Amino acid sequence: MAGLVKDRTAIVGIGQTAFGKGLADSELSLACQAISTAIDDAGLTPGEVDGLSMFSMEKGREVEVARNVGLGDITYFSELGYGGGAGCGVVGHAAMAVATGQCNVAVAWRARKRASKTSRPWSQVPGRIAGHWQWSRPFGVVRPVDEIAMLTRRYMHEFGATRDHLANVAIASRKHANRNPLASMYDKELSREQYMEGRWISEPLCLFDNCLETDGALAVVITSAERARDLAQPPAFIHAFAQSIPQQHQVMTNYFCEDPLIGPAYACASRLWERSDIKAADVPVAQLYDAFSSLIPLSLEGYGFCERGEGAAFTENGALEWPTGRLPTNTSGGGMSEAYVHGFNLVLEGVRQCRGTSTSQVEGAESCLVTSGEGVPTSALLLRA
Amino acid sequence: MTMETGLLLPYLDDEVAAPFWAACSRNELVVQTCAACDKSRMPPRPMCPHCRSIAVKWEPTSGFGTIWSYIVPHPPLLPAYAELAPYNAIVVALEEDPTIRFVGNLVTSANGAINEIDPATIRIGEKVRVVFTTIDDVTLPRWVRAD
Repeated sequence: MAGLVKDRTAIVGIGQTAFGKGLADSELSLACQAISTAIDDAGLTPGEVDGLSMFSMEKGREVEVARNVGLGDITYFSELGYGGGAGCGVVGHAAMAVATGQCNVAVAWRARKRASKTSRPWSQVPGRIAGHWQWSRPFGVVRPVDEIAMLTRRYMHEFGATRDHLANVAIASRKHANRNPLASMYDKELSREQYMEGRWISEPLCLFDNCLETDGALAVVITSAERARDLAQPPAFIHAFAQSIPQQHQVMTNYFCEDPLIGPAYACASRLWERSDIKAADVPVAQLYDAFSSLIPLSLEGYGFCERGEGAAFTENGALEWPTGRLPTNTSGGGMSEAYVHGFNLVLEGVRQCRGTSTSQVEGAESCLVTSGEGVPTSALLLRA
Repeated sequence: MTMETGLLLPYLDDEVAAPFWAACSRNELVVQTCAACDKSRMPPRPMCPHCRSIAVKWEPTSGFGTIWSYIVPHPPLLPAYAELAPYNAIVVALEEDPTIRFVGNLVTSANGAINEIDPATIRIGEKVRVVFTTIDDVTLPRWVRAD
């Protein structure tokens, strides 16, 4: 498979707003600000943008974004569902649209105001529950953290993972955030003792196993590889892209299939590596979706950095930490310590690693894996310098 | 059971799930099964993924299973859950087919509270038996220790 996508497009611009809690601006405004910054970063003009690829959960719709930012005629637009699973997906869809000539310059973004309590989806569920949630919520498995805690407990039981392993993830992210002045947790260190004393949210997951709640927006600009070479920034080429809804998957409460610990990452990874000249063993740095700490060992296994059941042990000896770890992971601080904007900040950090501009830059990084939500229909990108 | 009013409860007239909840109200735990190929599936859905038949029957179960996993939620939670927290929630694998699983709660008796068991005593692999409790107009399966 020669591939219509491989290296045919690149991320040429990135933009983000400040991260915070209770930001005054609307989601639409935040989206427009991030997109505008990304267009400037690329050295393009708004009139050249003719493609839009966004999360279906976006509050600001395509027409609003286009007429605020002053975009040109939009000839491609699409939306992807499943929240945190969509981050790499919207970028990949933009890349496919550019590669197939449906548009020339596309933007993909995520804007979110999550930090206010009323914005949390689990706090807005109605009194009666329909669809697949009726098999879990009546029993008090109400929040995303409860849903993933159930899989985490089983994972710990089957493979001997411990809270120390989960702490390895949280601490690595925090150390990276402590090097990133734009990260929400830039000035807050996290020790193992603090982690162990963190209050429970849903046992076996404590406060520090959870991502942040963040207001903010991030955007990327995608265009053809040819065009990318003439623009303002070093291109981050989209080398490979994949999505997956694995067989018999159920969103978040994936307790009902044959082996619930084989999550969406496995099916996504097999297609990603099939389409890639770069293999997992050659990837020097990764941005792995981290709404919860336990998703990291599951993703390390799913994406083939280790064997099944070895993801927890992989995190030992600082393996996830810049600069000396075997696989520096979430080098901007990720969802747990930089910002949780449905994992879209991971895409921008992947671009920075390829550009050589991360605050925890892996020396000579020629590629970076970026993944989206584990536990939901997902997606992944392999970016290369 | 007024203590638990305010919990999130299922609709009882769902096109697919109604027979499950109706069986619960008769204190029966049933599993949706393909009427064409006899394969059971959980959660219920309109079509059999094995043979694509839309014909279904609802088969009785043994009502016995083992704890596959469990959690102990703490606040912040919706008010009705926060009142009970910390409480347990479990996933039970059905004895006769461990790939048929149910989310539930471990209690000491049918109408026991979901926070009455010390979570530190809960073990994956524990054998449990279904019981039923009624909240408002809904009957929910719950689980008691069977050993």
